[in-house]
Amino acid sequence: MNKTEPSRGKKIRVVIAKPGLDGHDTGAKVIVHALKDAGMEVIYTGLHRTIDEIVTTAMEEDVDVIGLSIYSGAHLPLSRKLMEQVKAKGLTDKLVLVGGNIPYRDVDTLKGYGVTEIFPVGSKLDEIISFIKDKVRT
Amino acid sequence: MKKRESGELEKIVLESGIQVKPVYGPEDVKDIEFEKEVGQPGEYPFTRGIHPFMYRKRPWTMRQYSGFGTAKETNERFKWLLKQGQTALNVAFDLPTQLGLDSDDPFAEEEVGRVGMAIDTLKDLEEAFAGIPIDKISTALTINPVASVMLAMYLALAEKQGIPWDQVRGTTQNDILKEYIGRGTWIFPVKPSIRLIGDMVEFCSQNVPKFNPFSVCGYHIRESGATPVQEMAYAFEIAITYIEEVLRRGIHIDDFAGRIAFNFDIHGNLWEQVAKFRAGRRLWAKIIKERYGAENPRSMVLRMIAGGGGGGLTIQQPENNIVRGAYYALISVLSGTQTMALCSYDEAYTIPSKKAALISLRTMQILADEMGLRDTVDPLAGSYYIEWLTNEMEKKIVACMEEVGKKGGMVKAVETGYIQKEVSRQAYLKEKKIQSGEITKIGVNKYIMEEEKTDIEFHPFNPEVAEEQRKRLKEIKGERNSKEVEESLHEVKKAAETNENVMPHILKAVKCYATLGEITKVFKEVFGEFKEPVGL
Repeated sequence: MNKTEPSRGKKIRVVIAKPGLDGHDTGAKVIVHALKDAGMEVIYTGLHRTIDEIVTTAMEEDVDVIGLSIYSGAHLPLSRKLMEQVKAKGLTDKLVLVGGNIPYRDVDTLKGYGVTEIFPVGSKLDEIISFIKDKVRT
Repeated sequence: MKKRESGELEKIVLESGIQVKPVYGPEDVKDIEFEKEVGQPGEYPFTRGIHPFMYRKRPWTMRQYSGFGTAKETNERFKWLLKQGQTALNVAFDLPTQLGLDSDDPFAEEEVGRVGMAIDTLKDLEEAFAGIPIDKISTALTINPVASVMLAMYLALAEKQGIPWDQVRGTTQNDILKEYIGRGTWIFPVKPSIRLIGDMVEFCSQNVPKFNPFSVCGYHIRESGATPVQEMAYAFEIAITYIEEVLRRGIHIDDFAGRIAFNFDIHGNLWEQVAKFRAGRRLWAKIIKERYGAENPRSMVLRMIAGGGGGGLTIQQPENNIVRGAYYALISVLSGTQTMALCSYDEAYTIPSKKAALISLRTMQILADEMGLRDTVDPLAGSYYIEWLTNEMEKKIVACMEEVGKKGGMVKAVETGYIQKEVSRQAYLKEKKIQSGEITKIGVNKYIMEEEKTDIEFHPFNPEVAEEQRKRLKEIKGERNSKEVEESLHEVKKAAETNENVMPHILKAVKCYATLGEITKVFKEVFGEFKEPVGL
């Protein structure tokens, strides 16, 4: 696993994104609150974003972490598209996290695409925070 | 009464911020004027229920959410559910349909037929309801920003089935304000979206008298994190916004208030939910009578669907959700709901599987026929605690509504993101309390078991569905009279640009098989799109 250096030696920067048409944003917003409380700089994209828009935001905001939140069941194709873009744009040093209602059976496939970690519904906020802190700050 | 020592007992505070004493007695209800404030079921202020004999006369309507991939598949499920004794349909649409995108739209690609049925044109609806005479059932169409188009398609379908519009019963969810707060299927900015709702209410009040043009959803607001008090207060402020839009057109309150329906959530503390509904019924009746001068008692009643509560279900030990669902159903009955749509045990994962839908239906049927719950109306009335709590909830709901007023009313509060912020903050606080164990969730933070990491059986998604749907759309586009379609879309646009009611024009467009996406595009051109406030 690549360990990402913090971009500017201060706050960890995260984009939390809602790709596609799914409107279930409660989970994403809870994560935004939790990561902010943990001292991170969090950019929330809002709903109905395309993968291109999300990648552009990640580049412009120079984030360390890209978090996708998906509840519609379309996590496989959306994550695959994101990872294609991440590779094409040379962003492979970013942590990519996927959350939402992700069945266990899809976890390996997602990791195969290059997703760093999956945090399905029911994941502990503390675990997500320490995972990010651990991976971003060596 | 002996003074008891309660100092060592754990302090109980409900989600709505009300502290609960260990024992209640006559002194807690001594100021209540029972005749006036509690009264009789079926009479103002309807605290005890909206009908005099409630379930003694007729059990609640049982309506499970369903809708899959293609219209054909959905049609089969509809027929199966009706055969199992379900008395109404609740239609799930896929996300592209809910957002006014055709199945061949590139942005729709991964979502066609995924969480419900794909509707591009009237043809799809014709197929979904083939062999189901729609005057015999009541249908809930779960769609919001483009509900006007779906209503037009449903009315066109009625014409095709030879059913007069005054025999058409159903509901379009059509509550756009809650979409900006939770659920997220919004397209247009707030004000033109409310205008479309006004057009529908106006059209229905004149042409489709048995149809509920909108159903105000406290449900999704609660699911997004709101407390039970916020759920009720925000729902009322939303309903008031729509009412004002209709009144502005010179329509009398008694000509449409009787068709207003509500959709509420049930999870959490049993007593708090029951009191929420009793308080809500009383407060709503007062608002409609006193503020809007309604004279017909049917205008004043809080008509509702309840029973869901996906937010209370857990992904851990999923079979426990069957038990939770049964209790939510019990709460719904004690709360006096008219229609019950019970959440299914697999709701934390997906749209209900056939097995899950059947268990939910049987749960409601067992409650209706085995437990004596229909014997007598509002059996909790007169309980010291329930009557006290009903009053406390009412006070809190009123205070919360006043807060919205201070923020400039619901439209402003949504445009600025105030409500969204309030609700997401509550969601975060609650999640923290669950994770710290302050709020107990069995299987999550208490009685945790090592669970095998297996997925429960759920409704499979077939990616070929999308391909089929796109092929079908292409065929329809090839067969229809494109000049007629173009002209009809032009008429929709002209109406949208002025104050003219858009409904007759949408009807004309859907009848010549203009697509949902084409009509939505016209509205986007005229109205623009909503800019989501993303600051939290």
